[in-house]
Amino acid sequence: MDRIPILRMGKILLVTIQVDMHDNLAMVLQDDLTERIVKDKARGVLIDISALDIVDSFIGRMISNTAAMARVLDAKTVVVGMQPSVAITLVELGLKLDGVRTALNVEKGMELLDVGVSFGKR
Amino acid sequence: MDDETGHVMPLKTGEDVVRLRQALRERVLAIKLSLVDQTKFVTAASELARNVLDYGGGGEAHLHMVERDNKRGITVVFIDQGPGIADVEQALSDGFTSGGGMGLGLGGAKRLSDEFHIETAVGQGTKITITKWKAF
Repeated sequence: MDRIPILRMGKILLVTIQVDMHDNLAMVLQDDLTERIVKDKARGVLIDISALDIVDSFIGRMISNTAAMARVLDAKTVVVGMQPSVAITLVELGLKLDGVRTALNVEKGMELLDVGVSFGKR
Repeated sequence: MDDETGHVMPLKTGEDVVRLRQALRERVLAIKLSLVDQTKFVTAASELARNVLDYGGGGEAHLHMVERDNKRGITVVFIDQGPGIADVEQALSDGFTSGGGMGLGLGGAKRLSDEFHIETAVGQGTKITITKWKAF
């Protein structure tokens, strides 16, 4: 089964959504992320949506749910790379991504998360 | 002059919604809608398609390329034989939800489209038509 890969950078999990997700893929991603937050003791989740040209309330709900679960597990969620036309559409749609900060790109997203990334240091 | 039934696509699974988005992407590109208009319309259609799935018990979408007064556009008709909507005004106002979702579908889809028509009655299913025109 297809799965969206989750990368770990120190205490941050990075997910890049590059495909038009159908229900199953979205559910599996939510579950995978929750598991990984616990397993890796992650403090932050970066969701990269720079490849998404359409974000509807289904995806919005997935992101909000993920952020809510992350919060329960003491991790923060940041969405990065929102395309301008997507941002304009989301405002008009009235979609609020509750509990989710946004940032321009992965680098700025990591600054927002402010948990530090350590490679090989303990 | 537009074709009678247009291109009919089933809306019974999540994958059907993805397929519909794909089909629409091609068409909005073909009539050269601006990027923002493309995004708005395909998003509106995605919302309505999900409604057919989640509240309508499944249904179908009819895609038409249309023309009027020297402008070109695209129309999508969403049809289901579900329970119908009792209070359309309430359904169109944001915050309405019967299914625990964000409840933005109808109001949002209307704002994102140039034209929006709804025919519905309790026990008689729902038919929603949205259109986006290519502005010159």
